[in-house]
Amino acid sequence: MAIEVRIPTILRNYTGGAKAVEGAGESLADLLSDLDAKYSGLRGRLVTPEGGLHRFVNVYVNDEDVRFLGALDAKLSDGDTVTILPAVAGGAFGFAAAAAMLGNRL
Amino acid sequence: MLTIDRAIVDAIIAHARRDHPDEACGVIAGPAGSDQPLRHIPMENAERSPTFYRFDSMEQLRVWREMDDRDEEPVVIYHSHTATEAYPSRTDISLAGEPGAHYVLVSTREPDVEEIRSFRIVDGAVTEEPVRIVDATVDPHAVQTYMFGQSPTTVDYECSR
Repeated sequence: MAIEVRIPTILRNYTGGAKAVEGAGESLADLLSDLDAKYSGLRGRLVTPEGGLHRFVNVYVNDEDVRFLGALDAKLSDGDTVTILPAVAGGAFGFAAAAAMLGNRL
Repeated sequence: MLTIDRAIVDAIIAHARRDHPDEACGVIAGPAGSDQPLRHIPMENAERSPTFYRFDSMEQLRVWREMDDRDEEPVVIYHSHTATEAYPSRTDISLAGEPGAHYVLVSTREPDVEEIRSFRIVDGAVTEEPVRIVDATVDPHAVQTYMFGQSPTTVDYECSR
């Protein structure tokens, strides 16, 4: 089962510079495990130590944000395209509050 | 150094003033590899907050795909600070995810003062860079005298730190 995964610039150091790679899995969680076996460390940039999707990464299955598809439980099918984009966010927001929101992963 | 057209700077500042006191945000796209910010794309601040911004995830997907299709990249990513200086906050630095982009900040804290600065943010390190504003609408032969550091068609803003 082949799924195309589009990799943003900031994570291409994990994929040897590739803009898109192929993976397999029945869910997003499976896919990320599959990818991590080939591109070690990639999963850790997308999933928190607690096992949730990182808040400031956007992952899409085809045209949908996975947050509306069950996040890591989102189901995948052959031929799907998964797109990863770093959220574009910031602001004068207090650092302590942002750290709390991010689960102290700043 | 960021070189940017006066008309685009004006559009960024107008967007920031319009959304004040909430933070405004957007992208200036340009041909991949050109370092030329040419196409202004004002984005929705999904947070609608005076102290935080975040691109709407669906709008971001659409805009990033469109840039891909046009062989463009986000040359500039901008946002406004509405009560503080135009300098990246620790939050801005922690969340910066486009190492190739110029991060442009404007401050709207003073209604009559234009405050625009540009930074590179890579792996948590911030480097300010000069901003060269080019006025494509001015005939370079129309002005005969000008001050040191300026030419009829450009204004160079040095880094203030």
